[in-house]
Amino acid sequence: MAVVKVKRPKLGFGEKIYLGALAKGFLITLKHALKSLAGKSIGADSLKSSGMGVTMQFPETRWDDQLPEYYRGAPTLVTDEQGRERCVSCQLCEFICPPKAIKIKPGEIPTDDPWAKVEKRPQEFDIDMTRCIYCGMCEEVCPEQAIYLRKDYLITGLSRAAMVHDKKKLYEIGGVRTGLVNKWNELK
Amino acid sequence: MSETISANPDQKLPKDLAAEKGMVNVQIDGTWHQFPKGTRMIEAARQAGQILPHYCYHPKLSSPGSCRMCLVQMGMPPRPAPGTDPAYGDDGYQQINWMPRPVIACANTVAENMGIRTTGDIVESCRKGVMEFLLINHPLDCPICDQAGECRLQENSVSYGKGQSRFVDTKVKKPKNVDIGPRIRLDDERCIMCSRCIRFMDEVAGDPVLGFTQRGTHTTLTVHPDRLLDSNYSLNTADICPVGALTSNDFRFQMRVWFLKETPTIDVNCGTGTNITVWTRGNTVHRITPRQNDDVNSCWMPDSHRLNFHFIDDKTRFTEPLVKEDAQHLPTDWKSSLDTLAAKLKGADGSTTAIIASGRMTNEELFLTKQLAETLGTQHLSLVPRTGEDDGMLVAADRNPNTTGAKLILGTEDPFAKLDSIRDGVRSGTIKNLLVLGEDIITDAGFHFNDLAKLDLLVQSHTSANPTALAANLVLPAAAFTEKRGSMVNLTGRIQRLNRATEMPLDARDDWEIIRDITLAVTGAKKDTFLIEDVFKQLAAAVPEFADLNLSRIGDTGKPILDTGYQIPLLTNERARKAAGEITG
Repeated sequence: MAVVKVKRPKLGFGEKIYLGALAKGFLITLKHALKSLAGKSIGADSLKSSGMGVTMQFPETRWDDQLPEYYRGAPTLVTDEQGRERCVSCQLCEFICPPKAIKIKPGEIPTDDPWAKVEKRPQEFDIDMTRCIYCGMCEEVCPEQAIYLRKDYLITGLSRAAMVHDKKKLYEIGGVRTGLVNKWNELK
Repeated sequence: MSETISANPDQKLPKDLAAEKGMVNVQIDGTWHQFPKGTRMIEAARQAGQILPHYCYHPKLSSPGSCRMCLVQMGMPPRPAPGTDPAYGDDGYQQINWMPRPVIACANTVAENMGIRTTGDIVESCRKGVMEFLLINHPLDCPICDQAGECRLQENSVSYGKGQSRFVDTKVKKPKNVDIGPRIRLDDERCIMCSRCIRFMDEVAGDPVLGFTQRGTHTTLTVHPDRLLDSNYSLNTADICPVGALTSNDFRFQMRVWFLKETPTIDVNCGTGTNITVWTRGNTVHRITPRQNDDVNSCWMPDSHRLNFHFIDDKTRFTEPLVKEDAQHLPTDWKSSLDTLAAKLKGADGSTTAIIASGRMTNEELFLTKQLAETLGTQHLSLVPRTGEDDGMLVAADRNPNTTGAKLILGTEDPFAKLDSIRDGVRSGTIKNLLVLGEDIITDAGFHFNDLAKLDLLVQSHTSANPTALAANLVLPAAAFTEKRGSMVNLTGRIQRLNRATEMPLDARDDWEIIRDITLAVTGAKKDTFLIEDVFKQLAAAVPEFADLNLSRIGDTGKPILDTGYQIPLLTNERARKAAGEITG
């Protein structure tokens, strides 16, 4: 490919001292400042402004209903319509997890359990939310449709231990998910 | 390899050249190779660098040809019409006429001027077809199946699978999660009827309890109704099962195999010195499987040895030195415990001191133990004999893994001879100080707690809590066999290497370092040996059998250094079967 030599534009004296451009910028800022004082900021409504300017007062005001469908929040475990925990602890999410946030201890389902034929479920399932990078690979790799990234994004805790979501917490956030493939039914 | 000849009629043809060596010429994927007569096609292809997909074939078992996965295209030279001579081309070979239908590579042997095609349309479509049939009734169990990650069916599905099922009927249901033995779980739906387990139990373990019942698509693997799969070799069936039909109860749902790291090392439960692979994740041993060594254990190992690793991770492990004060053991540090030890031993008369070492020690540890005995000036040095029943296969009567090494290093034919005199000495009070290295003498050597109470000093180094430790003044935490490096000599006189798979817990130390530090504490000399390689160097200089060797030269499969005349019964059996042509490996 031919090399195109781009010539630097020749600047006039006014452009070289740039005072004009500086004043222009200040004027734009002043225009917006005055507008916000008058309560007429552009996009204040759609950005959930709390009065002055476009600033949203988080956490009093939330953005939650604006989150897109594909928003990737906290990874969680889900149960299905039949109340069965979907996870069979195949440990693929633990394997794929780039920051190694997931830790699973597999266990056997006792023979007197109604879902004994599934044979396997997690004994312990920990996701360390200080490590999680919300990449969604665990959801993508799951062969059992058991792990989903929910819209929860306010993950806070006062200690490292509090930032580790255990199995109980994960099912609590995850809740019930309907319409999933059910391969463990009677006919199989 | 191929040998091209000129048009000179006096020159021998390739077939004659090969026949002189008892070989035949075979063309594999267009290249000519030579193989010994009677080689199976699958082995020939493997030697030519083509590993054919297979399920039922195992070199140590007979070949029933039941899975049909190893189908290849075969060709032979045309049969000359009566009265005509075969026509040879410029390269000295006859033309190959390819058969329109495939043959199985596992049960057919190679022949002169044979052609094998391991790729091509026919072969590929055959493999795809076989895979589709094998997967018709296979359940979608991979997420809960222990075999996932090392499953031949998964591997070949990637290469030859369809990705989806065309099967519209209901899958045949078979028993799942069947308890067929104390250590093995059976899932019949996953079984692909390769019959490897049946043949193993019949031909190698000599306990034919498995078999097929029903016919066709309903064929089911079952255990004999009055029997269980309880042979001491039953877990080998889980190893050779190409799918997840037979899985180990001990390893069931413990860890997915793709997390595990493999370390080649050897088993220390008997004198055979079975070659093993230790599978670890982090610092936890999850399972042990046999590693092929045709001079020691073939491909197999006994269950009793395989499952003897749970103590490594147990709560009873010693993690720091313990000193007995007022009938109670309190944790201490290495320096003060070695100082206490040295203070008691320094002035002591050699004849009042005894050492009981272990046949489970490595050569390096035994060598240092001998040096320690010389430093202390004692003649009282003995090992603890450990015998059991010889099972006529792999488990030897001598349950000490390094008796042969001990004989070489201690320079005696009977390293256990002085145990009785030491015991008498302890009882009569002539022996005042006793060092017990890696043994529990109350359980294994006939000592009594009251005998040991008479001693001035009893020091024990051991991995886990035991009765002798209760009586000991000083307990030193030692390393388990997966935490050590070193060498051992098995009953046939083969030196083999232990490799470190896991780290020692907390403050425990490698046994050779413990023995070295005791010696140094007594002599007060400066530490000058830091590596186990250096210990082996000293050993090689002192004992002629070990000369010219070092730890890396031993390799993963060991080196014979001595001919003891001992035969491993399982190998004798296997060689006879190979000579009879029943197996190929």
